[in-house]
Amino acid sequence: MPERVMKGLRGVGHQVVNGVWRLGYAARFFLVTLLRSATSFRRFRGLTFREIYFAGVLSLIIIIVSGLFVGMVLGLQGYETLQKYGSSEAVGTLVALSLVRELGPVVAALLFASRAGSAMTAEIGLMKATEQISAMEMMAVDPIARVIGPRFWGGVISMPLLAAIFSAMGVFGGYLITVVVIGVDGGAFWSQMQSAVDFQHDIVNGIIKSVVFGIAVTAISLFEGYDAPPTAEGVSGATTRTVVTSSLAILGLDFILTAFMFKGV
Amino acid sequence: MENLVEIKDVNFSYDVRPVLKGINMTVPRGKIVAIMGLSGCGKTTILRMIAGVLKPRSGTVSVAGRAINELDQQGLFEMRRRMGMLYQFGALFTDLSAFDNVAFQMREHTNLPEAMIEDLVLMKLNAVGLRGARDMMPSELSGGMARRVALARTIALDPTLIMYDEPFTGLDPISMGVISNLIRQLNDVLGTTSVIVTHDVQESLKIVDYVYFMADGVVVAEGAPEDIRNSKAPFVHQFVWGEIDGPMPFHYQGAAYEQDLELRAAHA
Repeated sequence: MPERVMKGLRGVGHQVVNGVWRLGYAARFFLVTLLRSATSFRRFRGLTFREIYFAGVLSLIIIIVSGLFVGMVLGLQGYETLQKYGSSEAVGTLVALSLVRELGPVVAALLFASRAGSAMTAEIGLMKATEQISAMEMMAVDPIARVIGPRFWGGVISMPLLAAIFSAMGVFGGYLITVVVIGVDGGAFWSQMQSAVDFQHDIVNGIIKSVVFGIAVTAISLFEGYDAPPTAEGVSGATTRTVVTSSLAILGLDFILTAFMFKGV
Repeated sequence: MENLVEIKDVNFSYDVRPVLKGINMTVPRGKIVAIMGLSGCGKTTILRMIAGVLKPRSGTVSVAGRAINELDQQGLFEMRRRMGMLYQFGALFTDLSAFDNVAFQMREHTNLPEAMIEDLVLMKLNAVGLRGARDMMPSELSGGMARRVALARTIALDPTLIMYDEPFTGLDPISMGVISNLIRQLNDVLGTTSVIVTHDVQESLKIVDYVYFMADGVVVAEGAPEDIRNSKAPFVHQFVWGEIDGPMPFHYQGAAYEQDLELRAAHA
């Protein structure tokens, strides 16, 4: 019995040590990526634009469609509740604040992690499995500066833009449902929204959130790909971990940021 | 003859498992040296040490008189610009065409005008017979063609030392013959030095100048191809002639067959 207990304890200890070691490795990886970003920008600017296309432009369809539907659902649900209190015109405010403060950055980041983050992990994991990363190192080209850096900045630049497009499409979806379909007064819809949404407090804070989520999702995706065991199973496991870890990181970070940004104001 | 690569008393282990035990090897300039042995005997580990990807626990690995294991990253990168490595499955960059793969190092490490790079790339592709495949993507190339494009990429900057990691794996006999001839011709024409890690005995013995045989992390035999073919050493004989049983047993070490099948228990 004590032997089994000791074995169990050793297993737990091993997991903890491995976890801490991996966290340290991830932190070093992130730091090296930042340090070599100057080289990435100086020598591989074209690659960064290419990554903005792959991570950002190719995510547009899912972001636009999702934003539209989320906005339409918010419009329907908001109208349903607000009309009971005779303030259905405030639905514009509800849709805009919900999107700009929370749903825009969070849902766009979750979609970004599933669409672009998983693709980055799989691509880098496969590059490693097919020895493309080793070949690059053998050719005296730094893979962090050439492969990781452009993808990191491509993701970080794309994410706030995608969140902004998501929010804009959501507001448009809310407008379509409540003003065009249900018949809420359009002037009241826009004017209440304009007076209730504060640029500094709501929009800038939303942008800050999306930048933080962009950094977290892209860093996690790239690290998981770079650290993936070079096998089919290793790459598939890394892709799954990217989506799970990114989603949890987004929700956890969202709570922390919200607590600091909107504490009872 | 001056040695380009010298490996002296090298020991290496992954965690606690020893992989190389006191290895000594030399690769003279202008020659093709093969390192042969069973899978997992440490051949590729030696190649990685020559490239500076792995560092020995003890001993020295020197290339052109410089100890590779003592260089910092910048020194290592400078040294690697004079080396080329052909990977087992080519390791072509899948997002670049055959042309761009070969041009990769020229664009990264030189300031040559694009017109000159184009001429040089076409010359390299012509050397491997694939000038006509310049615009093809790696996914459109057959295994043999991909290996030849990778070879053209390897010689892009006319390296002093070329390393080949299992260059014949997975190739049909014609492609294998093409690759082995190219290795010999490129070595002689470009005046490079080559190290080939392989377990394809018959193909490699046709083109190499010297062979090291490895087993369990040590060099068990060495010599010119003719010496290896005529060797009476049991391990070398088994390996060269592909005999099923010998010093390397057919059965992996394990419990007795009867015990595994629980035959004694059934009789009892």
